[in-house]
Formats: sequence, structure tokens, C-alpha cells
Amino acid sequence: MPLATATPQAGFGGQVVEEVRVGERRTLDRQRFSRLFEALAGAGYSIVGPTVRDGAIVYDQIRSVEDLPIGWTDRQSGGSYRLERRGDAALFGYTVGPSSWKKYLFPARERLWTATRIGDSFTVRPEPVEPTRLAFFGMRACELSALAVTDRVFAGGPVTDPGYRTRRSSILRIAVQCGQAGGTCFCVSMGTGPGVRDGADLVLTEILDAGPHRFLLEPRTEEGAAVLSRIASELVPAAAGEARIAEAIVARTAASMGRTMEATGLRELLRENLEHPRWQLVAARCLSCTNCTMVCPTCFCSAQEEVPDLDVTKVERWRRWDSCFNLAFTELHGASVRKTGLSRYRQWLTHKLGTWHDQFGTSGCVGCGRCITWCPVGIDLTEEIGAIRAGPGPAAAPGGKP
Amino acid sequence: MLADVAPDPTSSAAAGHPLAPLPYRVRAVATETADTTTLTIEPRSTRSVPAPAPGQFVMLYAFGVGESPIGVSAHRADGTLVHTVRNVGKVTSALARLTPGDTVGVRGPYGRGWPLQEARGQDLVIVAGGLGLPPLRPVLYEVFENRDRYGRVEVIYGARTPKDLIYYEELQSWRRRSDLRIQVTVDAAGRDWYGDVGVVTTRLPDVRFDGSRTSAFICGPEIMMRLTAQAVVARGVRPEATWVSMERNMKCAVALCGHCQFGPTFVCRDGPVLSYRALEPFLAVKEV
Repeated sequence: MPLATATPQAGFGGQVVEEVRVGERRTLDRQRFSRLFEALAGAGYSIVGPTVRDGAIVYDQIRSVEDLPIGWTDRQSGGSYRLERRGDAALFGYTVGPSSWKKYLFPARERLWTATRIGDSFTVRPEPVEPTRLAFFGMRACELSALAVTDRVFAGGPVTDPGYRTRRSSILRIAVQCGQAGGTCFCVSMGTGPGVRDGADLVLTEILDAGPHRFLLEPRTEEGAAVLSRIASELVPAAAGEARIAEAIVARTAASMGRTMEATGLRELLRENLEHPRWQLVAARCLSCTNCTMVCPTCFCSAQEEVPDLDVTKVERWRRWDSCFNLAFTELHGASVRKTGLSRYRQWLTHKLGTWHDQFGTSGCVGCGRCITWCPVGIDLTEEIGAIRAGPGPAAAPGGKP
Repeated sequence: MLADVAPDPTSSAAAGHPLAPLPYRVRAVATETADTTTLTIEPRSTRSVPAPAPGQFVMLYAFGVGESPIGVSAHRADGTLVHTVRNVGKVTSALARLTPGDTVGVRGPYGRGWPLQEARGQDLVIVAGGLGLPPLRPVLYEVFENRDRYGRVEVIYGARTPKDLIYYEELQSWRRRSDLRIQVTVDAAGRDWYGDVGVVTTRLPDVRFDGSRTSAFICGPEIMMRLTAQAVVARGVRPEATWVSMERNMKCAVALCGHCQFGPTFVCRDGPVLSYRALEPFLAVKEV
């Protein structure tokens, strides 16, 4: 272990008082990792993070290190997810599971307003949304990119979503750089990971070899630095070699992606291939089950439900997650615009990878691979794109590629 | 990446919610056809929605039932709105049952309407099919009010049968005018109909305009809009000056719910009025 090189100032009563500044890397021992939880609680954050539940690693409220998936990993492939024991006691030795952070910002069910009949009129009371100091503990690079995408969707347009904005304004983003890639991961192709670039308050790298089990911490914002300052005495300024070790971990992860997808020109490719024969093949497999849209960290479609009481004096308006795979999604005058499974899968994929660029100036896909893993029949968008690229499409240029 | 997201200043209960409707009183109800009703509504309180531009729509809310996107067919400076609703679903049948004095909810107006600014100095070809007439009526009112802003104005209105014609009295008064021409046609009629029979495109060869300096405004069923757009473009109207008003399932009307997507567009926000230039590649594909 590297020795401390900074000189802490002696404070009152002999206590070490030190401030951690943005960008200053520190090392935290595995034995003292629980202090990070205490620092977060002390700073007033409720912590949500990874934990093992129902045979998967999901995001839920956690209170201590023991709630983390210690020693667990996940094995993922098309249509398959299995938890397995690791040979070590890693805290973050898995990739991403079926849940994503969007549920905390864009709840699966949410009351928007309540209307009350008064005489022959009515009044509407919007549902109050209180900002909650939530620490998102263990965000992956692809998930930070997904957050940036949903920021554009819900908070980047002319009309923004009040609930999303209010909840989003008070979260702390604690990112973990991936130490391994999952079988369906392709963040390298999408340019979103596995190294954490922007959008985190605090970045962790778990180091399992080359010395004792430890974490390299890098505060990227004042909020992240303030949390570390609370436990400054537990932290050791990182030795010069630690950053290189972290870089090597990220590079190793990047080299072992389960999937790849050529992401350049997808907007044009899909726009020119709306009638490609491949859609029929994928439609023959797709069950329109909506799983891909439920696990996707950027899918944002919603329906609204009108819930009146028995004598219709009080009405609640609820919003719930919807999916473009549902037949009723495009209902117009009693019939659906997208009647076939083909048109619904095509809508999902062309939106996610193509028209999302037109709408939000970014891809809707961050390469997390959830839609591949959680598809019950293992439909793999990287494979579908590969097939469409390979041709023959109606718009394939004559005299072009053989 | 975006900077951090600030809390929404309107998120407090008192400040309102972008998806919360305002109460309006139903002042008059007129039966247009067997399944079509025109509602005249006015604000119940001092709060009203902003004045809609021609071609914009609002979300009309039937208390305890739900909301439906409905075009604005007229409005007045005092906040009065006029909507023509066809009874085709749960919400629209509830709206059709409203009687004077009842309350209806309104939020909006939403979307981009007819590009009247761009159409100044040009000939106008206005083609309405069925319930496509109400969102085009404010265009005619604009033309009447500022007649010198436009060149020739040719209107074609088609319905399935003579019984399906709406705004019947007003149609008669428009037909008497000499500052525009309106042709009315029906798809099918009995022997008591002395007007034209045939889909709207059959009336187009008769219409005179200068294609290079014409704007075409088209509203009706999608198939009718596609064929009409093709026909006016074939007559020399530029595709970017050919405008259609799209219709899709909508829940939020503010590009947050995802339902109304048509290719890259959110019909609610980027439309409902969109240029044929932008729509053509998608209108040609089934079930986009």
C-alpha cells in the first residue's frame, strides 16, 4: 500500500481535519468501506444501490456494505441471466441487472394530480413532489449516459416533467468503473463506457489485485468532495500508480465486451431500411412482451390512467410506464396504427437507434445490453443491426458493396 | 452532457402542473351530424388557455373519463373556444353527451399550426376531408379578416355523404362569397344531391392556382391527405409548401409520453401540421 503523502492538519482535540477537493484521488480500504455509507447517511442521503433479490442484482434501498452483492457476479447472454458465486469478495463484481435508476426519477406508477368536483366545476391539485436526497450508489458508465439521455427527454425540451426535474435535482451520483464486462455489454461500441467520463459526483474503482482489496475514489463535484471530506481521516491520498491500475482495469473491461455494434450512421441506415426483409424475421420471433422497454434505462413512454372514485367526485390521474410494443399504444379511432409485431419492433429499434438522434441529438441506446439479456427469446439488437447492414435492403445502393 | 438539472419551479402544488386541465363551461352544443357535435366553451374562472393559432389543438378533458386531442375550429378574444368532436371512443362519446352548463377541462393549445406567415402573398389550396374541416376553419377566418394578404383561395371540402357535411349553414354563406371558391363533394349520394360526387382529388383538376407560389393546406383521413398531397405536388406545388395535419394517439401532448411518434416527429409538438416534404418517406411505409 502506498503511504500517505499529504500532511493532514491537526485540529482541535488532536482530530485530523482535512478537506478533500474536487479531482483529488483518495484510496479507501475495503475494511473501512462502510465509512462511505456513514458519510452518505451523515450528509443526509438515503442510499439506493445494488443488492441481491429474487435471483438477480437489483437496485433498491440499501443501508450497509452487507447489503451489496458481495462475492456475486452475473452471467448474461441473449435471454439468459444467472447469478454465480465469484472466487473473491468483490463488492461490484457484476455488471447491470434488470432494474435501472430511471425508476427513481420516472416512477413506474405516479399520481400526477387529483381533481375534485365542486358544484358544477372542478379543481385540480397537482401532486406535490418533494426533492429527496438520494445517493445512487454504484452507477455504471453506461447508466450515467442513460441519465444524460433521460435528462434530455424529460428536462431538455420546451415542456419539462416537474416530477423528474424535482427528483433529479437532488440526487448524488456515485459511479463505479466496471471491472468486468457482461456477456451482452457493448458500451465501447456506443462510446459510453466502461470508464466513467462525465456526469458523476464521485467515481469509484474497485481494486482487487496488486495489493489489498481497496477502492480508488475520485470526487468530480463539490457534492462528491463534501461526502469524502466527512471521512477524510479514513482516506489515503492515492499513490501515483493507483490511477494507472484503475486505467488498466477499465482497459481490460473494454477489451472483453460481450457484444459489438457499429454505431456510425445508424440514423441513416435505419431510415433507409424501413422495408428491409430482416424485420419479418425478427417479428417472427418477437413476442411483443415489452420486456426490452421495461429494462431499458432510457425508454420513457408512458400512459395515463383516469381513476375516479365511486361517485366520480374525486378523480386521480396516474401515469404509468407504457411500451411501444403494446397494441393499444397507437390506438386511433378504435384501431391501432401499428397492428403488426413487425411494425412495433421496427418502431422500437428505429426510435432507439435512429430517430432518437433527430429528437434529442443523441442515441437512445447506451450499450448496456439489458434488452438482449431480458428478451425471453434472446433477440439481440446488435445482431439485427448487423443483418440490416449486411443487406440486401431496398435502399442498398446499386453497384455498392458486394 | 447536460449540466445538472434544476428543480422545476412549477412543481409546487400551487403553481400548477403542465398536464393539469382548466375548467371550462359548455355554453352551447350543436349537433352537426349523427355522430358529430360542436361544443362552444368558455373559461369558468379568470384563468384561460392562451389564444390558439389556426391548426393548433387542445386536450379536452371529460371529468372522470379522460382526455382526447381535439382541434380548435374557432376562438374568440374573450376566451371562447369552439370544438367539433366526432363520437368515436370513450372520451369523445363523453364529450358528445355534454350539455350547456356542464364543465369540460382544457389544456393547451399545443403544436404547430398552419404556416400562415409563410403563405402570405401566395395562392392557397385548402382541402378538407370529413372532420378535417374544423382545424382548417380558422384559416378561412384569417383569410376573410385579412383577404389582401393572400392570392387566389380555393377550397375543396369532401364528406362521405350529404348527411355527413358539417357547418352546413356556414358552407352556404362561404359558397356565396366572391373572394374565394369552395367546392363541396361527397363520396356517395342519392338522387336528391345536386352537387359533386367523388373524392376530393377529383375536384383538383378544376382548381386554378400558380403552383410555384401556392401553399396547400390539407386535413382529413391519412389516405386522403397522402393522395391529395401527391396530386397538388404533381400540379406544381412545392412539397415543402404542401402541409398536412397528422393525427396520432396522444396522452400528454407535450412530447413526453412517446405515443404520437411518426418517424422522427412528435406529432403533438413538431406537428400536427407538418410539411409533405418531411412526411413523404414515412407516409409511403405501412404502420410507421
